[in-house]
Amino acid sequence: MKGANLGEFEELVLLTIASLASDAYSVAICDELEKHTGRAAKLGVVHSVLNRLEEKGLAKSRLGEATSARGGKRKRFYEVSHTGKVALTRSKEVRDNIWRNIPGFNLEGSI
Amino acid sequence: MKQKDKASPPGWATRFLHWYCRPRLLEDLEGDLNEYFDRNVARKGVKQARLIYVLDVIKFIRPYTIRKIEFINFFINWIMIRSYVKTSGRSLMRNKLFSSINIVGLAISMSVGLLLIAFVLDLRSYDRFNKNGDRIFRITNIATFKGERGSGKYASTSIKTGKLIREKVTGVEEVAIIRNDFLQDAKVGDNVVPIKGLWAEPSIFRIFTFPMLEGNPETALKAPYSVVLTETAAKKLFGDEPALGKAVRFDTLDYQVTGIMKDVPFFSHIKFEAVVSFATAEQSGKSDRQFEAWTNMFANSVYILLPENADIDASKASVQSQLDAIAREENLAQDDARIQLALLPLYNIVVGESLQSGSMSGDTGPHMPPVVLWILGGLAFVVILSACFNYTNLSIARGLRRFKEVGLRKAIGAGRSQVRVQFLAEAVMISLAALFLSFFIFLVMRPQLINLAPEMQRTVKLELTVSMVLAFIVFSIVVGVIAGIMPAIFFAKTSAINALKNVSGPAYSSAKVFKQVTFRRALAVIQYTVTLIFITTTAVGYVQYKNILAFDLGFSTENILNIDMQDNKPDALLKELSEMPEVTALSKSLIITAVGNAWGGFIKYKDSRDSALVMTNNVDENYLPLHGYKLIAGGNFVNRPTTAGAARELIVNQQFLKRFNISASDPEKAIGEEITFSNFKVSGQKMKIVGVMQDFHYGKVDNLIGPVAFMPWIPGDRTVINAKIQSTDMQATMDKIESTWKKIDRVHPLEAEFYDESIANAYSEFSTMIKIIGFLSFLAISIASMGLFGMVVFTTETRLKEIGIRKVMGATSASLIYLLSRSFLLLLSISALIALPVTYILFENYVLANFPYHTPVQIAELFIGLLAVLLIAFMMIGSQTLKAARSNPVEVLKSE
Repeated sequence: MKGANLGEFEELVLLTIASLASDAYSVAICDELEKHTGRAAKLGVVHSVLNRLEEKGLAKSRLGEATSARGGKRKRFYEVSHTGKVALTRSKEVRDNIWRNIPGFNLEGSI
Repeated sequence: MKQKDKASPPGWATRFLHWYCRPRLLEDLEGDLNEYFDRNVARKGVKQARLIYVLDVIKFIRPYTIRKIEFINFFINWIMIRSYVKTSGRSLMRNKLFSSINIVGLAISMSVGLLLIAFVLDLRSYDRFNKNGDRIFRITNIATFKGERGSGKYASTSIKTGKLIREKVTGVEEVAIIRNDFLQDAKVGDNVVPIKGLWAEPSIFRIFTFPMLEGNPETALKAPYSVVLTETAAKKLFGDEPALGKAVRFDTLDYQVTGIMKDVPFFSHIKFEAVVSFATAEQSGKSDRQFEAWTNMFANSVYILLPENADIDASKASVQSQLDAIAREENLAQDDARIQLALLPLYNIVVGESLQSGSMSGDTGPHMPPVVLWILGGLAFVVILSACFNYTNLSIARGLRRFKEVGLRKAIGAGRSQVRVQFLAEAVMISLAALFLSFFIFLVMRPQLINLAPEMQRTVKLELTVSMVLAFIVFSIVVGVIAGIMPAIFFAKTSAINALKNVSGPAYSSAKVFKQVTFRRALAVIQYTVTLIFITTTAVGYVQYKNILAFDLGFSTENILNIDMQDNKPDALLKELSEMPEVTALSKSLIITAVGNAWGGFIKYKDSRDSALVMTNNVDENYLPLHGYKLIAGGNFVNRPTTAGAARELIVNQQFLKRFNISASDPEKAIGEEITFSNFKVSGQKMKIVGVMQDFHYGKVDNLIGPVAFMPWIPGDRTVINAKIQSTDMQATMDKIESTWKKIDRVHPLEAEFYDESIANAYSEFSTMIKIIGFLSFLAISIASMGLFGMVVFTTETRLKEIGIRKVMGATSASLIYLLSRSFLLLLSISALIALPVTYILFENYVLANFPYHTPVQIAELFIGLLAVLLIAFMMIGSQTLKAARSNPVEVLKSE
């Protein structure tokens, strides 16, 4: 099943959730992503990724308290689930391993 | 305030989001959108922000956001249907009176709808038997003549058009030229049968789907003097003997039967018994210069077939532009006429724009302008709506007692949608029951509708078809939903707590129920306004119609029998008639006036450039005295010319003098003045005015009186014998005349009609209209009365205790009746205040504006309808309130 694998954008979103800690809700995630990548993150895309992450069990969500902002609508806060943390660590390990295997690492030369 | 406006995204988009979005995702999604919206307002302005919001709402329609269809709801509704049926049935049985009012009212009104559906379906089925129907077009003419007379859109065109299309126009598969009005007596041995048909080219069989039984459709119409008979016509002429190859004599010429075809389907706009080859018409038209003239466009039809597999719109446009080019070229040669050609799709011939026809018989086949259908549909809709109002009204009123049931349903878990479905299901059940009943009414009404007018008989059959039955069922479900939607919404809104807490009557004096009452009252007012408009329209229309029939035409029509000679010489019949004692006077004329017939020619006076169209009639010297025309100067005809060229005398009306400026003030001076007359027979004929008549109505009463001239009747003219009859036993006299006629013409039946009857027939469309509206107003009044009756029963029932207490306190019956009926009378008066002025304005400004000589609408006619409605309403209200007022308070108050 593809469920366990992390797509690139999924990984980014999941990392952002982790980095935002207790303030990870859709709009904030969008802004944060934009700040880091420099690309405009579309709300619709982020939303569907969040939904997918939750379906895969990589993230958990809960509704926050209602405030006067946002037309009185509650925010949905996300946090990385245990499976999510495992998946992130695994993906980092895989990368690190491969990085380490590159002989005479000198990308600079090719640039 | 402004701040608030600024901050709000478009409401409909939000509602749309609510509609499609999954409830679990909805809240934070909406919140996100709001947050973005606020941001965008600050950055890009309100307009942009709103646009982005809407776009985002649409963008969020993704598989994971869309609400799952809640099968469970469907499922529950399905299971619950039995329960709904049961409870609805119980409540129907418990309130027999209300249920029967609802069912009967809906059934009556729906029968109108059924008739209309059947009518429209019949009209729409015209010409559908043609396999190539969507590629067949008729060429129509838009003609503009100098002097305006006769200008307009014609269903016919010239023979030349057909020939030019065949020669020049590309992208047309087939062209057929048809010449109308073939009407001759066919002789086979001793058997003489009048045959109605047309002349047509062989391509008629390639364009239309008229299957040939015997003979070759490709060659049957090639040679001159060949004829293709329909099965029925062949049977009439030859009996059971084979007809193919035999000869049929028309007039003095023998025609060969080259084919037998199936009878023309009833739902075909062209109808005929026989087709004669077009080559025949060309043979006899050879000597006529006008036969193929561009402007001779009154008696021919041209149909074209566009190629198969072609894009119809594109090839239509290409043909149209080529037609325009042809017309442009041909019009160059014309001084006083401009003719444009247009394409009319086959399926738009019967239900479509009204076109004129130059056909002598006036028979262009069945036709119905869509606007008439819309009007009829509108009227039927109003009547049906009235019955729906009854249902809505009574269900809501009565439903106050069903609050408990709804409350209980809600308390044990019924959602809004379930309550809604329940009440809609109930309404649909009732409307289906009503459909059953109305179907029987439909069967009873059908022959009445068909026999309403002779055109109707020729146009529709109203036979049941599968699609018709399906349409009926769909229609009744729609009616059920319309009737039930308001009660359903109303009951779905009630909260379980309120419903269970306040189960007794008086608790409904809350604001919400007050709104209810005004809603119901508004419905009742609308219902009565419509009913009153209907009934006053009928009354006013009827009086106006009677006025038209009794209108003083300027001559007498009493007891004058007009006998159409149908091409027989009149002398023999005249002799026989003059020997009858019942016939007091006799005269001859060319046409019957004042019933819409017209005959005319162009007349010039001293100024040779000033030519005017003058309506004429050729009459003999007995015509004027017999009809009581008033001569104000000069005298009757003296000479009896035997040829058209020899006619020198002319009797004119006052308008004639006015038109040509011939001493209108002193008609005596006009006697002896000379004019020149031209029509299709004579040209530049010098004639002298020998008499001046008072103005009279030559056309129908909706025409203004124009210049008219009478000329001497000439042997050889088409003849109508006008016989003044003085008889005590009309039937015996008519039988006598009929047997006399048989001696002269044994083939054609006698065509005789009293002048007054002809006039009544000439305005038959009005009497048909009045009958239809009268019938609808009868229905409307019954439905409205039933509704009123239901409401009165309901109110008095709920107020029985109040009445009892009032009586104990000393109220009189009269004061109680006043108390109970007051509100209803108020509603009725509001309706009257709206309906009467509306009807008055409608008639004075729109309907009667078409009749220059109409009598004004009288107050009496306006109020007679109101009076009738009031009377019925009083009876309804009175009987119930009286019953309530008379009830014994002990009985009422005893039981609690």
